[in-house]
Amino acid sequence: MSATSSGPVTREVTPHIARWVVIGLALVWAVPFWWMLVAAFRPAGSGADASLLPSLTPTLANFAEAWASADFPLYFLNSLVICAGILAVQLVTASLAGYVFARLDFPGRGILFALFLVQLMLVPVVLLVPNLKTIAALGLYDTLPGVMAPYCATAFGTFLMRQSFREVPRELEDAAMIDGAGWWARIRLIYLPLTKPALVAFSIVSVTSHWNEFLWPLMVINSPDRRPLTLGLASFTLSAEGMQAWGLIAAGTFLVSLPLLAAFLIFQRRFVNSFLASGIK
Amino acid sequence: MTHVLDTIPAAQAAGPAAARRPWAGLALPLALLGPSLVFLALFTYWPVAEVVWDATHEVTRRGTRFVGLANFAALFADPTFQRALLNNALYAIGTVVPSLVLALAFALALNGAGRVRALMRAVFFLPVMIPLVAAAALFLFLFLPGIGLIDHHLARLGLNGANWLGDPDLALAAITVLTVWKNAGYYMLFILAGLQAIPDEAKEAALLDGAGPWQRLRYVTLPALRPTFAFVGVIALLNAVTQVDHVFVLTKGGPSDATKLLLFYIYEQAAERYDAGRAAAATVVTLGLLAALTALSLSRSQGPEAAR
Repeated sequence: MSATSSGPVTREVTPHIARWVVIGLALVWAVPFWWMLVAAFRPAGSGADASLLPSLTPTLANFAEAWASADFPLYFLNSLVICAGILAVQLVTASLAGYVFARLDFPGRGILFALFLVQLMLVPVVLLVPNLKTIAALGLYDTLPGVMAPYCATAFGTFLMRQSFREVPRELEDAAMIDGAGWWARIRLIYLPLTKPALVAFSIVSVTSHWNEFLWPLMVINSPDRRPLTLGLASFTLSAEGMQAWGLIAAGTFLVSLPLLAAFLIFQRRFVNSFLASGIK
Repeated sequence: MTHVLDTIPAAQAAGPAAARRPWAGLALPLALLGPSLVFLALFTYWPVAEVVWDATHEVTRRGTRFVGLANFAALFADPTFQRALLNNALYAIGTVVPSLVLALAFALALNGAGRVRALMRAVFFLPVMIPLVAAAALFLFLFLPGIGLIDHHLARLGLNGANWLGDPDLALAAITVLTVWKNAGYYMLFILAGLQAIPDEAKEAALLDGAGPWQRLRYVTLPALRPTFAFVGVIALLNAVTQVDHVFVLTKGGPSDATKLLLFYIYEQAAERYDAGRAAAATVVTLGLLAALTALSLSRSQGPEAAR
């Protein structure tokens, strides 16, 4: 990043005021997280729920109680299975379709591609009523595959893979073809290894959005032991709210948010680039 | 950018066999597209047909009969639906405009190198990484009347708090604040990328011409960011329709329908009132809105370059 972009060498007042306003806003933005940390580690019954000062006697009791009162390990596992399952299928469907749209020429390609892009607008969550009927008809109601199924085809992933497959030099594929490599060998040995950044970017966006999803699993899942983390947290929060156990809610929220927050803080650059890639439309 | 490689003949791509039988060139593409097409058919195309059918039919014990637009008439006559439409419009304006203005301010102030800037960018982006229900769980206490975080600190300043989520005049605004907090950092990301694409020469030229900060913003930065804003604006509008998780945790559409948004209304009709026709009609209306929105954005920008 060049030095010129980090502020011109002028004595203008406006940008300085704006900068201080933004610093103030950053503090405001951090308050909910700060409260979450402070409240989660505060002993219960100290009567200082709204204080933003950390307790002098921090405790893990809230975490222990949250861990024990809701089945967070199981919810965690369910979320993991859902995200991994969706991603695994998506990587296959998106790579295959991306290859077709990037490299094969055939009549009707434009129409088919437009048909794919329709999914960018018809977001599955808006179609939750008819999709639920389909899921029930397929015998997938109240199952984890039922939560995954609508996301198995991905227009965004197809589009992203098509873009990056196009950057792969065609000569590499031609050489492999002469050596007698079939389409699967060419995708697996040439295209996929050369487009790892796009695969990583897509994976990050996919996992983040499905890890955080709530409404569709709420429709599909009925049994408490098949809930993903978001559903578990919602019902846990509603019962803890009745008990006015705010420290407990803070601890539960922290537990649920931690995996992605930690991943983001460790791999910030990667996450930021991936989210930017989700805007390539 | 037109790729030379796009124009290779089908025969070459599919091998020599395709040259003899022209339709053989379709076998491989269709086979590879097959898995995606099956899922798209099941969960994108079919549900649209089904929802249109459900919206125009009535299922009774005596069988199914076509009722035309009766479900839509009933839907638009339902005061709760009218309220949901109005709420969603207010919510869209209330979330999109402030989020984009704040995102622009954040991006302008935080564009560039430096540890403090990087830290603040991360602070604004963190809410994007947590589930919307988790954000709602935190704001449950923030908005709590009397002893909650906001009211407690207002009281220390000698100000009166309010029942943010319980007052029909305030609840939608409270939900809106949560959404702005959650999403502004996401839009900031795209504006930062847009800012970095502006050539330094343009800014320097404006500086040499004696343009002040507002003039540079007005005549250099904002025009250059127009495509970014068009794109981010559409995403923000889509989010205003498709993300309602916080309503489930915080208000359940209340008090007195003050926070009932379209998707929550659909959920309620389907999962709580079991009115399939009403839910389907509301889905069709929502899909129509989304389609109009997308069409508008496509006609204003050049559309996805993929449409070539």
